[in-house]
Amino acid sequence: MSTPAVQVRDLRKHYGPKKAVDGLDLTVEQGEIFAVLGPNGAGKTTTVEILEGYRHRDSGEVSVLGTDPRAGDRAWRSRIGVVLQSASDHSELTVREMVTNFARYYPAPRDAEEVIAAVGLTDKAATRTGQLSGGQRRRLDVALGIVGRPEMLFLDEPTTGFDPEARRSFWDLIESLRDGGTTILLTTHYMDEAERLADRCAVVRDGRIVALDSPASLGSRARQQAHVRWSVDGRLYEEQTTTPSALVAELSSRFGGEVPGLEVQRPTLEDVYLELVGEAGR
Amino acid sequence: MTTTATAVHAPTAGVRLPSLAAMSLERTRIELIQFFRIRDAVIFIFAYPIVMLAIFATVFGQDGTRVGPDPGIPFAQYFLPGMVATGVLLSSFQNLAMGIATSRDEGGLKRLRATPMPPTAYFLGKIGSVLVSSLVQTALLLASAALLFGVDLPGDTGRWVTFGWVFLLGTATGAICGVAFSSVPSNGKAASAVVTPIVLVLQFISGVFFQYDQLPSWMQTVASFFPLKWLAQGMRSVFLPEWARDIEPSGSWQHGATAVVLAAYLGVGLVVAVKTFQWRRRDDG
Repeated sequence: MSTPAVQVRDLRKHYGPKKAVDGLDLTVEQGEIFAVLGPNGAGKTTTVEILEGYRHRDSGEVSVLGTDPRAGDRAWRSRIGVVLQSASDHSELTVREMVTNFARYYPAPRDAEEVIAAVGLTDKAATRTGQLSGGQRRRLDVALGIVGRPEMLFLDEPTTGFDPEARRSFWDLIESLRDGGTTILLTTHYMDEAERLADRCAVVRDGRIVALDSPASLGSRARQQAHVRWSVDGRLYEEQTTTPSALVAELSSRFGGEVPGLEVQRPTLEDVYLELVGEAGR
Repeated sequence: MTTTATAVHAPTAGVRLPSLAAMSLERTRIELIQFFRIRDAVIFIFAYPIVMLAIFATVFGQDGTRVGPDPGIPFAQYFLPGMVATGVLLSSFQNLAMGIATSRDEGGLKRLRATPMPPTAYFLGKIGSVLVSSLVQTALLLASAALLFGVDLPGDTGRWVTFGWVFLLGTATGAICGVAFSSVPSNGKAASAVVTPIVLVLQFISGVFFQYDQLPSWMQTVASFFPLKWLAQGMRSVFLPEWARDIEPSGSWQHGATAVVLAAYLGVGLVVAVKTFQWRRRDDG
């Protein structure tokens, strides 16, 4: 058993009377992609910023790469990478200059050109960052977050504002980082993103984790009823069942082969998510 | 177990963080590139003291009027030290107070905070880049004064030594006060509205735009609590003839007091800057 990359126990943080984080427990294993889902104001960003060392907690235990972020020194910072939710600084520097500049803060950086290529900005390497589109800008943020060769990468809503194509190539990039051994913790609003990327995901609500599992099993998704739909002469039929395979087999023999208009649907991650953040403690 | 965890994640042996000196130089370099790329701002910042010198020398120096008792000092020469001082104030204090407030607003500072770059390197980079840009600005101003307005620049080493320490101390003080002051505006957009009037008022009461000894004495007293008055006075001791000392209100160049006031602002500014510096926006939780 290797030591977890992130360990959080009973984390609490309040702003005035509002409890932003209220007894949160979290363990991220080395080398996994861990997604934190939750509505705005659920405490995602506060939690992540405590892990990154930006905010101080009120109580609880936190360890990131074996170090309490409160005591995180330069050596520790050189081992984490941070992609913030929003950085809009319109720099006069080019993409290449900025990535090269950041590389010089780290002891063993990645090659700047390779990083620029990895985020798909080679064509824009000589463009001033102020002239990049929103999606290109975000990819630059990611480049700056990974140029230091971090062991642990934090991504706060990384693909907001991406077009579908950019999102797909971004996902490939994140997966290749994970395959290279980087541990990744990301927050996201997009269920398809969590489903595609995450090894495990946690749903946060009111400063606490209300569900934690692989995307396929979250909220007992795999065991929940499936909807089976078919149609006969323009009439739609629907049945809910916990044994969809048996129902389909039965239908198949009834229709002598193909079932007209057959659809089998499990609750999507989004269905499960909405149910989780909608119920409990309301 | 912290000990186990440290061992598991220990970075490869022999990997060293870049030195503070290397990172401060890198910060200076990158700040200078950014500064010189904003061409309209560069032109304005560099041309401002020159244009002001031209206006004041022309307006006040009509009919060959001179400052002080016979033989008098030509107006261009009299205003030159004030313009040098105001130039230093603009490129250190104003530039940093506004620039850092904006960068904080846009999240650029916050992102830097997550890197292993130490804050000291950031501040040294700011001071380094301001020193270079003010030096270029001052050199341009002095050259214009000599070539366009026929001002005689001092020839003796002693005066240039005075120029050296007043310039260095003034720039460092202005830069640090700018860093400290950058936390005052509530956001980047408010920065210029907050900083510009302060700089303007200081220029009026510190003997930059008017002949200092002719200002009301209460105004001189107020000005003497702020660094610009001392910076301008120090520069007058460099660029005005020795006898001009007699038209100073105190009858002396007060080099000792100048050094003390500027150093005090530097020291207090440094403490305030370090204590109050924020990497994140004020409304960022």
